[in-house]
Amino acid sequence: MRVGVITFPGTLDDRDAARAVIAGGAEAVALWHADADLKNVDAVILPGGFSYGDYLRCGAISRFAPVMKLVIEAAGKGMPVLGICNGFQVLCESHLLPGALTRNSDLHFLCRDQEIEITNTQTAWTSSYSVGQKIVIPLKNGEGSFQCDDETLAQLEGEGRVIARYVGQNPNGSRNLIAGISNARGNVVGLMPHPEHAIDALTGPTAEGLGFFTSILNAMVK
Amino acid sequence: MAKIVVDVMLKPEILDPQGNAVASALPRLGFTFATSVRQGKRFEIEVVGDPTSEQLAEVEKAAEVLLSNPVIENYVVRVEK
Repeated sequence: MRVGVITFPGTLDDRDAARAVIAGGAEAVALWHADADLKNVDAVILPGGFSYGDYLRCGAISRFAPVMKLVIEAAGKGMPVLGICNGFQVLCESHLLPGALTRNSDLHFLCRDQEIEITNTQTAWTSSYSVGQKIVIPLKNGEGSFQCDDETLAQLEGEGRVIARYVGQNPNGSRNLIAGISNARGNVVGLMPHPEHAIDALTGPTAEGLGFFTSILNAMVK
Repeated sequence: MAKIVVDVMLKPEILDPQGNAVASALPRLGFTFATSVRQGKRFEIEVVGDPTSEQLAEVEKAAEVLLSNPVIENYVVRVEK
């Protein structure tokens, strides 16, 4: 199974994402923002960082990168897509996911180990977890506050599309403590904290992020 | 020369932490006039000659697609002499 990891100018976490894909048991395929083909990948990860310098708005310019046209098409046909942090912002700007990520409510860039609760295990990226399972993975961003209108929020909650929530105090002002959401079909997932930085105890706070990368194998085998 | 100005503001219901930080800094400097501050973006766009209605329509489109995020922001396009 081939999982593409996209590098935009300014992406930081592509190496760790590729490493996590390999640890999860798949082959990591490097994709470049200017690529005109997806190299026959079965799934795509948009990693964290500051793509295009975060100019204008986070993810606003990346959305128009040549490779994103292909990602949007493939996502529409059901290909699993995971956006982490800046990747989540790109997915929102691409309208693959609803809502937007705005400046943290206290204005600080946060970098810490964060407990989250997995609340939906039916998506392509969360099936290795159990509902209610709590995991600790790094959270590191300045614009991680998930915002949307009341109607969208009710829809996300009503359809069970909140896939993870922050545990304890709200770190960034996100509505309903939302740390991650999925599209209606469950193949596109956006997550603010970083599972790719928590795949082994040597380099991460835990190995509890690995489940996102083993889930995708289950999704393909089905 | 006239220019096209696009003002982009967060929608009223969206939390504006930057505006709030400015609002709380003002009284520390002795400025007590503000009951609320909202912070936005201003784009100044130059074209050859005076903007035509076609160009303004194009700018409207660009404001919708790129300059603003309609999920969280409103925009206004105008011509400034």
